[in-house]
Amino acid sequence: MKTWIPLFAILSKDMKAYYLKPPNISWGLIFPFAWTGMFFIRSGGGIGGIMELLPGVTALSILFGTTSMLAVTVTFEKKSRSFDRLLLSPITLETLMLAKTSGAILFGVANAVVPVLMAMLFIDVSGVSWPLFAAAAILIAVVSAFLGLFVAVAVSEVFEAQTFSNFIRFPMVFLCGLFFPVQSLPVFLRPLAYALPVTYGADLLRRAILGTGMMNQWMNISILTGYCTVLFFLTVKNVRRRWIS
Amino acid sequence: MNEPIVLATSLQKRFGNITAVQDASFSIEPGEFFGFLGPNGAGKTTTINMLTGLARPDSGRLSIAGIECTGNVKAAQHLIGVVPDESNLYPELTGLDNLAFCGALYGMGRTARKERAALLLESVGLAEAGRRKFGGYSRGMKRKLTIAAGIIHEPPILFLDEPTTGIDVESARHIRKLISDLHATGTTVFLTTHYIEEAERLCSRVAFIVNGRVVRQDSLENLLAPVKGVSILSLCSTRSLEEADLAALSRSFPRYVFNPEKGNALSVQSEEAFPISPLVAFLEERGFPVLEAVRRRPSLEDVFVSVTGIGSEQMKKEGKK
Repeated sequence: MKTWIPLFAILSKDMKAYYLKPPNISWGLIFPFAWTGMFFIRSGGGIGGIMELLPGVTALSILFGTTSMLAVTVTFEKKSRSFDRLLLSPITLETLMLAKTSGAILFGVANAVVPVLMAMLFIDVSGVSWPLFAAAAILIAVVSAFLGLFVAVAVSEVFEAQTFSNFIRFPMVFLCGLFFPVQSLPVFLRPLAYALPVTYGADLLRRAILGTGMMNQWMNISILTGYCTVLFFLTVKNVRRRWIS
Repeated sequence: MNEPIVLATSLQKRFGNITAVQDASFSIEPGEFFGFLGPNGAGKTTTINMLTGLARPDSGRLSIAGIECTGNVKAAQHLIGVVPDESNLYPELTGLDNLAFCGALYGMGRTARKERAALLLESVGLAEAGRRKFGGYSRGMKRKLTIAAGIIHEPPILFLDEPTTGIDVESARHIRKLISDLHATGTTVFLTTHYIEEAERLCSRVAFIVNGRVVRQDSLENLLAPVKGVSILSLCSTRSLEEADLAALSRSFPRYVFNPEKGNALSVQSEEAFPISPLVAFLEERGFPVLEAVRRRPSLEDVFVSVTGIGSEQMKKEGKK
């Protein structure tokens, strides 16, 4: 069987049924706009401060956009039992999970573009390393999608998915170096910051946009890839244990 | 002799302390119409889930079309079509898009799945509704489309879980006709139902499952053989009989078996044909005017009741739960 046919069908179905719905598109636009505005006003750094804020806002947009949608759509489909239809088809669980996350990844990457486009209206972004920015955006979207999937598989209700997602996402806002450097955190919180994948994504974005970062870019990419792999296989294992038990 | 298309040996499934299916063994021949009959909670859906890949048996063996797939039905899922007990298609997609999507899940190319979807919409009587969203369909229409989705890839085996439960009479009749036509084209059908008359009408072989155990399985002909010569009379009165009245009836007519039925009805069963008038006279003497007396042929329901001790009314009531 040609694996790409069901994979692409699931992706385009999810796009049509969930991601390209007007409320989600407006969420994708309004959310980064609100975050950028809020941090810009709070920082008091003037127009020049936008560049400093851009990595954090971009990472945040991807994280929230991706995890919100995926956790809810998977939980909703499981609840309505339409997910069973996917489990009954002759595609491997790995392919199915990749197909389900690919929509969220694309949505997350699209969310990353919004703050950049907004920043372009005010500042010169010619110094940004776009290949590195793209790599960072994709890796944050992938790791966020797998985090969302991990949450979706762990819960059974849509509201639980939202609540559980927030327990993971909001600490990341403060711990992952999005707006405050990890080095400025209290010493006892730093190990937690280094245990969260978005820390490395935000660092990669910082390097792409500002040219500085805590770690070497290849180190960040390797760690993020490692997180993606571990989360993906953990989720697949969880699906087997919980949904095909 | 052909190799069984489904061979289940001693399947067992527990959920915590509850044994949902216990030592279930059966085989289904290619082209057979196999009925799996039992009340709610008997283990029908768990069995279907194990056969189709939604649940993993704790023990036992399973092979489908000669493919050993105990613990991993994936290898045989391309041969299986499943119609679940709930219509679980996507409310946001049209009927046509839903079918085309299901075709894509089985690797069908764009043109092939669009053509097949259009053909199926026509055959299930939803050609016009195909452009409308599934969420706006009536319950009967949803069931028909769900059946169409189950056969989009033309599977040699179709599993149907309670296909006519909760829908109107006309739609149920249409669905039974669809299933029957499908079977006539050579598709092997595995049907779970709690409608005994539906199983009797459609199936060539039937298994009874109660409390997770397959208590009896045989061809319809063999199951009905012991009751073939039995004579059954249904009497309807203005009020129901008390225990004492039933005891008096049994004393006066020792060769007959009396079973109270729903409402004020009473079934009378005998190994041979018997006259009605002495019974009617006896009942009327005791203040039970007989409003109706109908002779009927013995059915699968009578066999089911005698094997399982569960009445058809109880089955129907449980089906509505």
